[in-house]
Amino acid sequence: MATAVPMATRIPVRISVNGTEYAAEVEPRLLLVHFLRDNLGLTGTHVGCDTSQCGACVVYLDGKSVKSCTVLTVQADGGEVQTIEGLAKDGVYDPVQQGFWEMHGLQCGYCTPGMIMSAHSLLQRTPNPSEEEIRHALEGNLCRCTGYQNIVKAIQYAANQMSGAGVSGNGSGAGTHNPQDVGDWKGELAGEST
Amino acid sequence: MVAAQEAPAKLVGQPLKRREDPRLITGAGNFLDDVKLTGLCHAAVVRSPYAHARIVGIDAEAARRMPGVVAVFTGEDLAEVNPLPCAWQAGNVQNNVNTPRLLALGEVHQVGDPVAVVVAESAYLATDAAAAVEVSYEELPVVVDARKATEPGAPQLHDNAPNNVVMNWTCGKEAAEVDAALAAAPVRVNQRVVNQRLIPTAMEPRGSIGRYDEGTGEYTLWATSQAPHVHRLLTAAFVLGVPEQKIRVIAPNVGGGFGSKIFLYFDMPLVLWLSKQTGRPVKFFEDRSENYLHTTHGRDHITDIEVGAEPDGRITALKVKTWANLGAYLSTIAPGIPTTLYGRMVAGCYKIPNIHVDVTGVYTNTAMVDAYRGAGRPEAAFVIERVCDLVAAETGLDPAEVRRRNFIQPEDFPYDSGIGMLPYDSGNYELALDRAMENVGYAALRQEQAARRANGSRKLLGVGLSSYVEVCGVAPSKWIGLAGEGWGAGLWESANVRVHLTGKTVVTTGSLPHGQGHETTFAQLVADELGVPYDDIQIEHSDTQGTPFGFGSYGSRSLTVGGTAIYKSVAKVREKAKELAAHLLEAAPEDIVFENGKAFVRGTPDASKTIQDLALAAHVAYDLPPGMEPTLEATTFYDPPNCTFPFGTHVCVVEVDRDTGEIDLLRYVAVDDVGNVINPLIVDGQVHGGIAQGLAQALYEGAVYDDSGELITGTMNDYAIPRARMVPTYELDRTVTPSPVNPMGAKGAGEAGTIASTPAVANAVIDALAHLGVRHLDMPLTPEKLWRAMAPKTG
Amino acid sequence: MFPNQFDYHRPTTVAEAVGVLQQNPDAKVLAGGHSLLPAMKLRLAAPSALVDLSKVEGLTGISTNGSVVIGAMTTYAELRDSAALKAALPIVPETAYHVGDPQVQAVGTLGGSLAHADPSADFTAVALALDASVKAVGADGDRTIPAEELFVDLFTTSLAPDEVLTEIHIPAATGRTGMAYEKFRHPASGYAVVGVAAVVSVGVDGTVAQARIAVTGATSKATRATAAEQALVGKPLSADSIAAAAAVANQGLELNGDHYASAEYRAHLLGVYTRRALERAAASLG
Repeated sequence: MATAVPMATRIPVRISVNGTEYAAEVEPRLLLVHFLRDNLGLTGTHVGCDTSQCGACVVYLDGKSVKSCTVLTVQADGGEVQTIEGLAKDGVYDPVQQGFWEMHGLQCGYCTPGMIMSAHSLLQRTPNPSEEEIRHALEGNLCRCTGYQNIVKAIQYAANQMSGAGVSGNGSGAGTHNPQDVGDWKGELAGEST
Repeated sequence: MVAAQEAPAKLVGQPLKRREDPRLITGAGNFLDDVKLTGLCHAAVVRSPYAHARIVGIDAEAARRMPGVVAVFTGEDLAEVNPLPCAWQAGNVQNNVNTPRLLALGEVHQVGDPVAVVVAESAYLATDAAAAVEVSYEELPVVVDARKATEPGAPQLHDNAPNNVVMNWTCGKEAAEVDAALAAAPVRVNQRVVNQRLIPTAMEPRGSIGRYDEGTGEYTLWATSQAPHVHRLLTAAFVLGVPEQKIRVIAPNVGGGFGSKIFLYFDMPLVLWLSKQTGRPVKFFEDRSENYLHTTHGRDHITDIEVGAEPDGRITALKVKTWANLGAYLSTIAPGIPTTLYGRMVAGCYKIPNIHVDVTGVYTNTAMVDAYRGAGRPEAAFVIERVCDLVAAETGLDPAEVRRRNFIQPEDFPYDSGIGMLPYDSGNYELALDRAMENVGYAALRQEQAARRANGSRKLLGVGLSSYVEVCGVAPSKWIGLAGEGWGAGLWESANVRVHLTGKTVVTTGSLPHGQGHETTFAQLVADELGVPYDDIQIEHSDTQGTPFGFGSYGSRSLTVGGTAIYKSVAKVREKAKELAAHLLEAAPEDIVFENGKAFVRGTPDASKTIQDLALAAHVAYDLPPGMEPTLEATTFYDPPNCTFPFGTHVCVVEVDRDTGEIDLLRYVAVDDVGNVINPLIVDGQVHGGIAQGLAQALYEGAVYDDSGELITGTMNDYAIPRARMVPTYELDRTVTPSPVNPMGAKGAGEAGTIASTPAVANAVIDALAHLGVRHLDMPLTPEKLWRAMAPKTG
Repeated sequence: MFPNQFDYHRPTTVAEAVGVLQQNPDAKVLAGGHSLLPAMKLRLAAPSALVDLSKVEGLTGISTNGSVVIGAMTTYAELRDSAALKAALPIVPETAYHVGDPQVQAVGTLGGSLAHADPSADFTAVALALDASVKAVGADGDRTIPAEELFVDLFTTSLAPDEVLTEIHIPAATGRTGMAYEKFRHPASGYAVVGVAAVVSVGVDGTVAQARIAVTGATSKATRATAAEQALVGKPLSADSIAAAAAVANQGLELNGDHYASAEYRAHLLGVYTRRALERAAASLG
């Protein structure tokens, strides 16, 4: 039984992820999504297809919205990556995250990180998008649960928040919630709050 | 300790945002592929490139020598392991059962059949080595079409299934009786309809992780599962022969299921077996291509309809013959779908005196077909809603009028449709139809349509109706288990409600969510019924260790069955709390009132004991009434007396480009009646998603095999999952007809959208072309099909 | 989902890139990678080495001084957002907006698209309609290849294995020129089932001086619809002439079909989409 993996030709990379600099030696074929998930343990970025269609893996690379399943880790060398784990700042959700929560923009949550990252990118470019522009901007993100309507509303909510014109959410809160509340998942393999 | 506060507003009925979401919007969810284990190995599966072939030989030597490879196994190594079980066979008939082995032995019957497995240090290395396993095959003839598979001379898949027939099943009146009614009917329509094969496509593919603990002999299985307790049972007792208590199954966050994660798949027992063999935890996580090839598909019916009606639109006879393609083997509950959940629902919302349904389940060289998002009911709704429009076209009546003239009336409930379904619980079908027509502006649309037809507009307007009823909360064990339905097991659910010493309340439930928001909805219910603060309630689920048995989440049954188990447990806790309060307040139990988390003697609410006080007293236990056991908790095993029957009417408005057949979805109006609603935000979300799936079946989706059994739509580049741009804005509304079946009056909401929307959209598109003589078109209604249908008829 | 092993090269000059290609006959050039990497993940492609052009100097940028020059590694997003192109060649940003999805647009490149020669790509047709040519650099220096000679067949170009496509040249439009790209989008892939790019110049006499109409999606390689072009030249750009051109759009073309859209349907769509493209091109004349 083999126990050690022989070294393939590995290439040194330095990549900043969510503001932290990482140095590693990776195989050229290692996809960025696997570097994030397997090497760094940032499992918020998901894989839902193998043809670059579904968008569950969307992250920022040097400010561009990219599908991390279709970028080699070596291509990100010297670059800056931002993932869903890096979106909330100082314990406060990004307006897009807040919008998804308020408007019930997610159900199973598998597509959600990529969806939020794509939506975030849209609002960087187009702060007040029309509904058509929102739907167009989600061309690379598939959701099988929501039928997209509440995702569109979530993004509209975020756009309004960011432009200062607050609108109230669909959902109402009971009790108080903040980003630190994520730890209520039970079991020995609890997801780690970042 | 938490002091009791002001009486909180009732939470049931409030659109609370979900407590599940914070972890999911921050990337902190814990899905199967996110589970981190020391020493984890990765399995890659070698799959058959042929749809039907004999395995001549497997040479795994090169693969075994590759870097990082821990082990390679073939079907021969697993020859002693049982194949997977088929748990739900069609009732009262012979089922010619053939189920998959963990790895194929001797023959393969579909492209993607697993023939060998590689365990390696990384998924990359496992994939490399799997590619190096040499398998030689002798190709055998292939059949992919269910009707053709039953014809003489067709390629045969399994020795024990002559003509590839799984079962021949009927319901309703005798065929001859219905034939006579058809013969007597002044209006007759015959139509073949195809309900095409769909690929479920939960955004999270399937997978499993197995870990065997040599020290204790215990196995842990993490699985993308809608039914962990059932998966434990089937894995332990039917496949591996391991004592049930030695296996623990955990469903982490599940990224959508839609039925496809109900079933026991080869990899679940396989990873456990591999872990024992290798001494390492082993993960299998399929990629999307594998998911499309080999995880179950849905639908795939060919149906011949014969209908008889009166000139006034009343349907007098309906005869349905369906060939249900079940794929290469029987999946876990496959035969139950086109029988109990389809055949017994073809009457829809209508009083039809003569119905005969005949279903032939068929093996073909394709992926297994089993329950998928609606499971049988979308196929039934499609048949009957197409029937209504066909009768409308034949009689010249408006489609709404045909429905109205056949509706079961509110006073008819409970209503027995006469084809072996349990009685419909409650309904007001005409109210929902009226509301939907009003919301969409039906009369004006018909005028607009007439005007466009008159002026030769190149944009054809179509309006489609779908009045549906479906069966949810499928459970009554007496019915599903014994009365010839073939399941052979109950479908009850259970829940434990425990008020801890501090008043914090933990609910453990056998039901589990994969997007439906159980943690929120169930907590709303408990907060109201028990009077503890919402934030003090935790809903625990998805782990066989620590939750009571449950049959799983599917069939829109979590609230109506699992939720009722919680409701009843809360009631028991309340009763015990009252008894304890009576003791502490020195009153008779019958004089105690329990309201908003406080127990007091009737008339003196100021001298009360809060639920928190009582929980403390029950745990410290030094002052309990005689005979009372300590703690404050209760468990319920709930087996409902009936199913529930949500209903409604959906209307779709489309515009078809006369030049190209391109379709614009102009409006989508839905009026659903799911009974009482706990959380309208969540219910609306469920309906949205269902509508998207249903309309995608009508317009976009369809799995296509070529004659060699290759899946042509094998990736998301070919199989059209709808995108945001491809769906309209849904305009929702509700009527509320409480179900008498459960104390909440809930009917279930998970599948209504899917069931209703496919016929609404298909009827709209066909309606747009009706003036050109088009009566029916098969789905998906691609632009090319419409263009061909609109072409001037020649010859 | 997991590509084969390969060697990775990240040259900083074109000459270095060419050198690597010469030494690695099975190597592939990595531009945006959104066609190549998915194929590698499915193990439909297994190059021995990748030559990543992202760090090669001078391969990006848009110049609209007279004729338009676009660096091969310019992304769709840069084309989409370029104010200069919106003024000079609006068909380019408009097409870029509809390529793939925003993530493809962020990474995918014009040079990569043309060199890949996917028969359903959008920019192959646009390049033909704009009379574009590409600059290819090899060991023996550089050469200019007109788009028409670049696309040879399905996924096949006239680039030598050791040549690198570095620039796209588009001649300046003469006279009043209208242009538009119309696409029937595949519901799953987003590629063109049928795409028609039309670039039409009208002379001072109001008749069509030059028409270039190119088709993608329906043929094994992007191809000009010459019959439709000829039907327009010398005619006023009117509903009648557009209809006449649309009627012959599929003439002389060998059309492909698949389970989603037959050749017959594509032939029909070609007519409709040629009409739509020409109508919009006409409207854009101002």
